[in-house]
Amino acid sequence: MFVQRGSSRSRVALAGALSAGLVLGLSACADSKEDGGTGTVPAASVGAIDCAPYAAFGDLKGKEVSIYTGIVTPEDAPQKQSYKPFEDCTGVTIKYEGDKSFETQVLIRAEAGNPPDVAYVPQPGLLQRLVATGKAKEAPAETAALVDKNFGADWKAYGTVDGKFYAAPLGANVKSLVWYSPKEFKDNGYTVPTTLADLKALSDKIAATGKKPWCAGISSGEATGWPLTDWMEDFYLRLNGVEAYDKWVKHELPFNSAESTKALDAVGEYLKNDKYVNGGLGDVKSIASTTFQDAGLQIIEGNCSLHRQASFYAANFDKNTKVAEDGDVYAFYLPGETADKKPVLGGGEFVLAFADRPEVKAFQTYLATDTWANAKAKVSSGWVSANKGLQISNLVNPIDQLSAKILQDPNAQFRFDGSDMMPAAVGSNAFWKQSTNWITGQDTKTTLDAIEAAWPK
Amino acid sequence: MFTTATTTSQKLLQMGAAILLFAAVIGLILFIAGRFTGKADRAVAALYLAPTVLMLSVGLLYPGLRTIYQSFFDASLKNFIGFENYATILSDPEQLTVLRNTAFWVLVTPFVATGVGLLYAILVDKARMESFAKALVFLPMSISFVAAGVIWKFMYEYRPDQGTVKQIGLINQIIVWLGGEPVQLLIESPLNTFLLIAVMVWIQAGFAMTVLSAAIKAIPDDIIEAARLDGVGPWGMFRFVTLPAIRPAVIVVVTTIAIGTLKVFDIVQTMTGGRFDTSVIANEFYSQTFRSDNRGLGAALAVVLFILVIPIVVYNIRQLRRSEA
Repeated sequence: MFVQRGSSRSRVALAGALSAGLVLGLSACADSKEDGGTGTVPAASVGAIDCAPYAAFGDLKGKEVSIYTGIVTPEDAPQKQSYKPFEDCTGVTIKYEGDKSFETQVLIRAEAGNPPDVAYVPQPGLLQRLVATGKAKEAPAETAALVDKNFGADWKAYGTVDGKFYAAPLGANVKSLVWYSPKEFKDNGYTVPTTLADLKALSDKIAATGKKPWCAGISSGEATGWPLTDWMEDFYLRLNGVEAYDKWVKHELPFNSAESTKALDAVGEYLKNDKYVNGGLGDVKSIASTTFQDAGLQIIEGNCSLHRQASFYAANFDKNTKVAEDGDVYAFYLPGETADKKPVLGGGEFVLAFADRPEVKAFQTYLATDTWANAKAKVSSGWVSANKGLQISNLVNPIDQLSAKILQDPNAQFRFDGSDMMPAAVGSNAFWKQSTNWITGQDTKTTLDAIEAAWPK
Repeated sequence: MFTTATTTSQKLLQMGAAILLFAAVIGLILFIAGRFTGKADRAVAALYLAPTVLMLSVGLLYPGLRTIYQSFFDASLKNFIGFENYATILSDPEQLTVLRNTAFWVLVTPFVATGVGLLYAILVDKARMESFAKALVFLPMSISFVAAGVIWKFMYEYRPDQGTVKQIGLINQIIVWLGGEPVQLLIESPLNTFLLIAVMVWIQAGFAMTVLSAAIKAIPDDIIEAARLDGVGPWGMFRFVTLPAIRPAVIVVVTTIAIGTLKVFDIVQTMTGGRFDTSVIANEFYSQTFRSDNRGLGAALAVVLFILVIPIVVYNIRQLRRSEA
């Protein structure tokens, strides 16, 4: 800032050399993040597993596999715990690194040639970008075989890039849920709606009592707007069907087509409706400034009755809140147009490897087994997997059981979160930004046109 | 040695190696410099400067040139598109908002912060409890931009005027006490940009005050004495004595804050994430590069930022030279 003229030359040289030393020294400790906390003490044990399948990978004792993920405290504890049987069997140490800015950092690390052994990628779009760096490895044949056995073809497709299978699904979540208070429903004689028309009628009924039925919040730092994209995707699926949805995600249908207008306007009937929102939080605009975490808590406060948010929202209620069908708060499936049509919007993570050492392959294989899914189920809350071998009875939390039931319903038509599959310029930028503008007053046409314009040519 | 260290001992080893390397380089330079005898000043100077020049080229010059080069490419950095990214910055409504906001920041922050700092410095000069009063204003300087953003986000926090809901933000509570309706302060554009600027002013006023106060104290007493004898009033004292005497310091403060303001990222990122039309160039550059995966546009934004800083730096250097001449 205050450069002193005439400072001796040697001092300048020293500063230069010093900064060189500093740079070298710093780079040495740049990635010295300690291996996280040990997490909470397990309530239940995951039990031992059959070690035989991993013997095929050779002697792995003393080897190490590094994992990089956006799954941080408190959800990282059950993750680490579920690796224990594998570690015990093979002698491999799993080095876990959770980072909230995983989504931007993993790409930088991959491009800089410093990727982890394994990354848990939460978006198929990001997966494609990571594969495009040329640093990712295809999934081993053992993993691919297990994925064929345990997962639906759609889930395998999300982990496939250009016809090559890279990443097996890990966890999953169900987004098509509406949180509500079972007690309030019982006291007022409300029933869980089974069609979209029912949902509308229920909203009107609650609004007639003078209460704002819905509460919503889309604030989430620089990701502000994403909860709204989920709303729109859910309604897109319901009003236009899965085929149109697939085309929309691939941009075979333009973003500003009639289908999108229909979906967004349908969302507007709920969220831009002064009679419906925003219970306990303000007017329509307050949706933009309320965090999605805070919004649903208004159900407990008695200020609103309904909050559309994914299964992982369960983690936001405090310990004294009973999340169950007969408890303080629970969720129901956001209904389709008719009771037998069941599109399900969801998300999940995928296991992408950047190394093909035997221990990495063995670990990938372990994560694709139903053994792991069930072991993980026993120790976690707010977690579910699309693994067909997952036994619902192993899940502890009622919401997880509900999610698993929805995922395994033969009528269910599962579709992955659309914004997570679109190119980053749309899926994690324009779509979020324009949705935010939309809720603060921008009209539907301007919104959709702007998103369409952002699609990479 | 250049592979990723995983254990603590490896890291310590790496660090030790880096320090040794540093010492070796210095030793080598000193040794070679010592070989020159007589009038070899230039050679010695060049030698001393060599590591700096090398580091500057690797760490600053090369990335800088590469960024400029990349700014002529498309999102994937594969296809050359000429000045299209720059055309986008100058025509896309969203990018124009970014430029407008950056202009607000640079036009308002340095002058308001310096003005507040100067006024405060003059007011507390030779007052009782001067150092305590100064500390109060200087303290925000020690808070990181991110922390300041979080603090002020709470200041502006909004709760609806509904039933038993209580305000938790100070500003809205004051509005309610005065009988008004709570306002969603961070949503209304362009008001929100000025509310973010207030945070920067809050941080930088302390810096301005400290530097300017030191400059005021450095004015020779005999000048002030002479002015008093000539019957100069307080305003005249400020206008004809204080201000000319501290002019170089004022320029340094204004330009320093201006450069810091152009680079502002943390406050915007923490408080609004660039939403509600509050994005500025530094934030947009990050968002385009890492969020939107539009590397070309990101690079172009970085170049624009670079170009905007140049005149301020040049002015700063010229003023410093003139004042020392």
